[in-house]
Amino acid sequence: MTVRVQAEDFDMGAELSALLAGRHDIGGLVSFLGTVRDLAGDSPVSAMTLEHYPGMTEKMLARIEAEAAERWPVAASVIIHRYGRLEPGDRIVLVAVASSHRQAAFEACQFLVDWLKTRAPFWKLEETPDGGQWVEARASDDDAADRWSREPSPA
Amino acid sequence: MRLLYFAWLRSQIGIAEEEVTPPDDVRDVASLLAWMRGRGPAYAAALADDRVVKVAVNQEFARAGDPVSPNDEIALFPPVTGG
Repeated sequence: MTVRVQAEDFDMGAELSALLAGRHDIGGLVSFLGTVRDLAGDSPVSAMTLEHYPGMTEKMLARIEAEAAERWPVAASVIIHRYGRLEPGDRIVLVAVASSHRQAAFEACQFLVDWLKTRAPFWKLEETPDGGQWVEARASDDDAADRWSREPSPA
Repeated sequence: MRLLYFAWLRSQIGIAEEEVTPPDDVRDVASLLAWMRGRGPAYAAALADDRVVKVAVNQEFARAGDPVSPNDEIALFPPVTGG
């Protein structure tokens, strides 16, 4: 169970290897890597800046990760989310979950990605030909998170 | 009370954080927002639409009726867009 919020890039292969190192109880590992696209709707995006709320971000990510471990038999997990200025193709976020069986790993990974998109305090500012544009939250992200909900959404 | 602003709320209000002393009748999130809208046109514009202003009290998501007190850290921000 690891959460890291950092400006620096990460090595996905090294992170996944570290998650599995010395473990013989893991039967499957599912990972999600989010990267920067060069298009927002019809507008080209030359870069984006991710802002976050230091303190609350780490707290929310740790809580989401703990909830996944409570709901699924998670053997190991990692969430790494970057902030600062990123360019198209750059890595933004890594979520990886290892479990004894694949079903739990798939479901817990999807749960973590859906929930962090609606609960972790990050905001994206895209650089477009019209200037900086704050990315608007999508209703589809709320819907994706809500399907995991056991109680009414807190925010 | 320490107020923090993020994303476009920060750019519209023009500062990232400030220390404020609201009147005694500001006891919950809703009354805090109402008081803040009266602090000037930038606040009124930035906080005009409740649906796009999220509030965290001491780093926990809060609803309109949740209490606020003088030593709280209160953050105001638009819906999150990470991931």
